[in-house]
Amino acid sequence: MREINASAITEVVKRLCIEANCHLPQDVKNRIEGARANEEWPGACEILDRIIENYTIADARNVPICQDTGVACVFLEIGQDVHVVGSIEDAVNEGVRQGYQEGYLRKSVVGDPLRRVNTGDNTPAMIYYEIVSGDKLGITVAPKGFGSENMSRLKMLKPSDGVEGAKEFIISAVEEAGPNPCPPIVVGVGIGGTFDKCALLAKKALMRSTDERNSDPYYAALEAELLEKINALGVGPQGFGGRTTALAVNIEAAPTHIAGLPVAVNINCHVTRHKSEVL
Amino acid sequence: MATVRIETPLTEEKARALKSGDSVLLSGTVYTARDAAHKRIVEAMAAGTPLPFDPENSIVYFVGPTPAKPGQAIGSAGPTTSYRMDAYSPSLIAAGQKGMIGKGKRSEEVVNAMKKHGAVYFGAIGGAGALLSKCVEKAEVIAYEDLGAEAVRKLTVKDLPLTVVIDSEGNNLYDTGRKAYLASRK
Repeated sequence: MREINASAITEVVKRLCIEANCHLPQDVKNRIEGARANEEWPGACEILDRIIENYTIADARNVPICQDTGVACVFLEIGQDVHVVGSIEDAVNEGVRQGYQEGYLRKSVVGDPLRRVNTGDNTPAMIYYEIVSGDKLGITVAPKGFGSENMSRLKMLKPSDGVEGAKEFIISAVEEAGPNPCPPIVVGVGIGGTFDKCALLAKKALMRSTDERNSDPYYAALEAELLEKINALGVGPQGFGGRTTALAVNIEAAPTHIAGLPVAVNINCHVTRHKSEVL
Repeated sequence: MATVRIETPLTEEKARALKSGDSVLLSGTVYTARDAAHKRIVEAMAAGTPLPFDPENSIVYFVGPTPAKPGQAIGSAGPTTSYRMDAYSPSLIAAGQKGMIGKGKRSEEVVNAMKKHGAVYFGAIGGAGALLSKCVEKAEVIAYEDLGAEAVRKLTVKDLPLTVVIDSEGNNLYDTGRKAYLASRK
C-alpha cells in the first residue's frame, strides 16, 4: 500500500487550476490554427485571428484565457493500492480555494442553486472519483464555463431511433445552441449507460485530446461524420457564419439497457481547458 | 461592412445609424452588469429606489471579470451569454439604455424594445477575455460590491472591438451571416 499525503493533492490541484485557466492545451491550439487555415469566410477568419491573439496574450501574461474560469471539475483516478492520508475531498477543495485566489481567477460558484449566494472561493469543486488498478493517483482539473455548459442536452431516445436518431439529436443540439456557447466548440457526446452515466460519459469525452479518435473504428467514423455535418451547418465562429462551428466531436459509449438509448451532448467552447498530473 | 468609431454616450441618433454587421470600435464609459445585478437594478426601478447609474443613453456590458492582477485595470473581461438578461433588458431599454454588449441570441421582447426605443445589441468575442481586457483603461466598482464578480462596475474603454449583431431595425447578423455564408457555398 502506497501512502500519499492529502497535502500533495492540494498542491497539484492548485497548480492545475491556474495552469488550465491560463494556458490552452496544444491540441486545441492546433485545431484552431488548422481551422483558421481552412476558413474561407472573411468575418470568420477575423474572429479566429482574434481568438489566436487572445490565447497568445494569455500565455505570455499568464492571465485567464476567458473571464469565466469555471466551476472546477476535478477527476481523480485513484489506484486501489493507494492510501491517502487525510481527507481527499478537503484536500481538493483547499487546492481549488488556493488556486482561484492566488491565480486571480473568478469565483463563480453559488452555495445553493436557488438561494444563490457566492461561496467566495469557487468551492466546492465537482469531484469525480474512479478507482483504478495500481498505486498511482491521477488528477485532472477541467474548469467548466457555463456559457457552453448551459447549452448541453440529454435525451432518452428509443432503441428504434438508432444511430440516425442519435445523429439528429446531436446535430440539432449544436444548431439550437447557435452562437450561445462561443463557437467554435468541442462537442462531447455520451451514448448509452443510464441517465446519469450518459451525462458523465459526455463530460469525460471532453477530457480526451481532440487529436485522439475513439479507439472503436465504428465510433471514430461517427465522430468524423458528425464533425463534417456540424461544420456544414454554417453557424461559424461566434455564430456570424462560416465553416468553423466545431473543432472536434468526441464520443464515449457504454453498455445500456435493452429498452434504452440515452444520448448526452456536453458542449465546450473554444477554450477547452483541462490539465492532468499523476502523483 | 463598415468600421465605425463610436464614443459614449450612445444617443438614439448614433444608435439608429448603426447597422447589423458593422464593426465598431467603442470608446468611453460602459457599465458592467450580469444576472444578479440586473435583477437588483430592475427591482430598484420597480421600487423607485436609486439606480447604480443613469440608464439614459448608457451602454451595459454583460461581463463578470476576473480579479485584476497588480498593474492591471481589470482582469480578463469577455462577454457572458446575453439571453439570461432577456427578462430584464426591456425595462432598461424603456428607461433609456441604448446599447448592450454580450454574445448569443436575444428574445423577441428584447428586439421589440430595441426597435421601439432605438437601441443596439453589440457582440464582443466570447472567450477572448484576455484580449478584450487590454481595451479597458479604468474599472471602478460603483454598486453591489457584495456580488463580487457580478458587482456593477464603471469601465472606461478605448477602442473596444465589437460587432453590431442586432440593429435598431431588428436586423440580426446571427441569421443573415449564416445565410450569406451558406448561400456562398452553393
